[in-house]
Amino acid sequence: MRVVLAAASVIVLAILPMFAPWLQFVLTLAIAKGFAALGVAILLRAGLISIGHAMFFAASAYGVAFLAARGIGDFASLLILSVVIAALTGVIVGAFLVRYRAIFFAMLNLAVSMVFYSLFAKLYGITGGSDGMAVPIPSVFGMVLSEPAFKDVLFYLSLVLMVVVGLGVHRYLDSPLGHALSAVHTNEVRLEYLGIPVWAVLLIAYVVSAALAGLGGAIAGFAIGRVVPDFAFWTASGHLVLVAVLGGIGGVPGAFIGALFLELLHTAAVTVTDAWNLIVGAALIAVIMFMPKGLYGLFAREKGAER
Amino acid sequence: MSNTVIPLLLDSLASAALIFFAAVGLTLVFSVLRVLNVAHGSLYSIGAYVAASICLFIASRQLSPYLSFVALLFSAVFVAAILGPLIERTLIRWTYGKSEAVQILITFGLFLMLEDLQRMVFGVQSLYEDAPVRLLGTSQIGGVVYLNYQIFLIGMAVLVVIGLRMLIRHTRLGRLITAVVADREMAQSIGIDTNRIFILAFSLGVFLAALGGALAMPTSGVAPGLGADTMVLAFAVAAIGGLGQIEGAAVAALIVGLARVLAIYFVPSLDAVAPYAAMLVVLLIRPYGLFGAVTARRI
Repeated sequence: MRVVLAAASVIVLAILPMFAPWLQFVLTLAIAKGFAALGVAILLRAGLISIGHAMFFAASAYGVAFLAARGIGDFASLLILSVVIAALTGVIVGAFLVRYRAIFFAMLNLAVSMVFYSLFAKLYGITGGSDGMAVPIPSVFGMVLSEPAFKDVLFYLSLVLMVVVGLGVHRYLDSPLGHALSAVHTNEVRLEYLGIPVWAVLLIAYVVSAALAGLGGAIAGFAIGRVVPDFAFWTASGHLVLVAVLGGIGGVPGAFIGALFLELLHTAAVTVTDAWNLIVGAALIAVIMFMPKGLYGLFAREKGAER
Repeated sequence: MSNTVIPLLLDSLASAALIFFAAVGLTLVFSVLRVLNVAHGSLYSIGAYVAASICLFIASRQLSPYLSFVALLFSAVFVAAILGPLIERTLIRWTYGKSEAVQILITFGLFLMLEDLQRMVFGVQSLYEDAPVRLLGTSQIGGVVYLNYQIFLIGMAVLVVIGLRMLIRHTRLGRLITAVVADREMAQSIGIDTNRIFILAFSLGVFLAALGGALAMPTSGVAPGLGADTMVLAFAVAAIGGLGQIEGAAVAALIVGLARVLAIYFVPSLDAVAPYAAMLVVLLIRPYGLFGAVTARRI
């Protein structure tokens, strides 16, 4: 039943832009943010809240822009290489950060991401400063495409990736490695006594989440055609956590549902009001206060977290 | 060399003073309420907006410019008296004892709401009124020109450090706060009205943030985005000093100020990176901050 429902929604998503072409950009961006929010949601499973994941989103988007400027014009290579860049950044940052918990993990992620942000904004000669860098339209398997054609390719590839990567992440979360994450949340010491290295479990999760954020960043970079330092600003990281929580962190679809819901609502709301953040902020507070069941395991340890 | 370094040092000390106001409020609220308020930066910018509006009003009516100093203080009191109890009673109290994730998300929601509310109330243009700076004028020492207002800012920061220390060590309210910080349940059981202490402490934090914003307005004005920028800086300073450490926040503000001077002097393009790099280095070595301790009293 759930599989049918999921398949039906993917097909609806695929058909929708044929009737409303302007939706294509919105949906591409929503899927991109969904990937990043999925990354954040993986860490939330282990009770780790990262206010810094926009750095991987930005690292990969900048990676695309850099490589494109250095002469790599192939879409597939750019996408893969930029995700690798994000994952490698995740390995380096994660190796230091997964030793920390709770508020210290959140703060350190924030600190690293703000270092990224200020470097992107200040190294004018390399990154173009606050003007950012342009992302040119790449060739797809040697074919040079027009902009609308490329955006079509990008959208449908994002959809395919959403399903394929989504299934992969689902398998990962359902594997012993994935279940170890919730075990870290409930009782870390017990896990160590069972002989499972918590550090390694978390580092793998961190790298997976960085790669997912990177995939989202690369797609967003291609879709927008420009990368700016604001991609890495702390409020962007906050929004990713927001999407992950609004969608519910229980399963893979949650992050994408949250992202699609927010982007579509945003598109609808901007025509009526410019108080968009007011609505989102109030909605976030309302969801946390009144719909904790939608938030799955996040609050399961409320009592235990009291000190 | 001193001709370039001393104005730079004064400049960074003045900006350190302003960040200190925001950071000390954040750290105070954290130590008493045990809530990390992500919306704290917005209260700083609201203080700046209110101060700018009142100062512009004073200028437009051609009232005595000295009134603008009163206006700076009044706007901080005004913001604290209205928003402090309101936010604590409606939102923050709900997060007591919840996990950090919940606290961060609730206050991030509040941050988003406050950012838009500011935009709706004060508009998107930047506001600026430098009457207080012009009034104090400049002075010259050794051929270098200083803004007296900068020295005023540094003096105010020192005053706040001493004032807070006196408040906490030598007054009845300070002892009540210390008791609540040390052991919330025990304090409650011996008859301390913890709810009152929470409202007072949170409002005091709001006051300090709004005061920082109000005092910053005459030098740099206020524009959308100020709240978000201030938030991370205040966060960096509070984290370096150790969350909950008032004197720690002061020392951390100095460290950040100094790091910025060094950065401007040696690698000018990296001045914005300096506070976060300092935060990163300190937190990696001492996650509890320079003055924080796992078990020691937290105020």
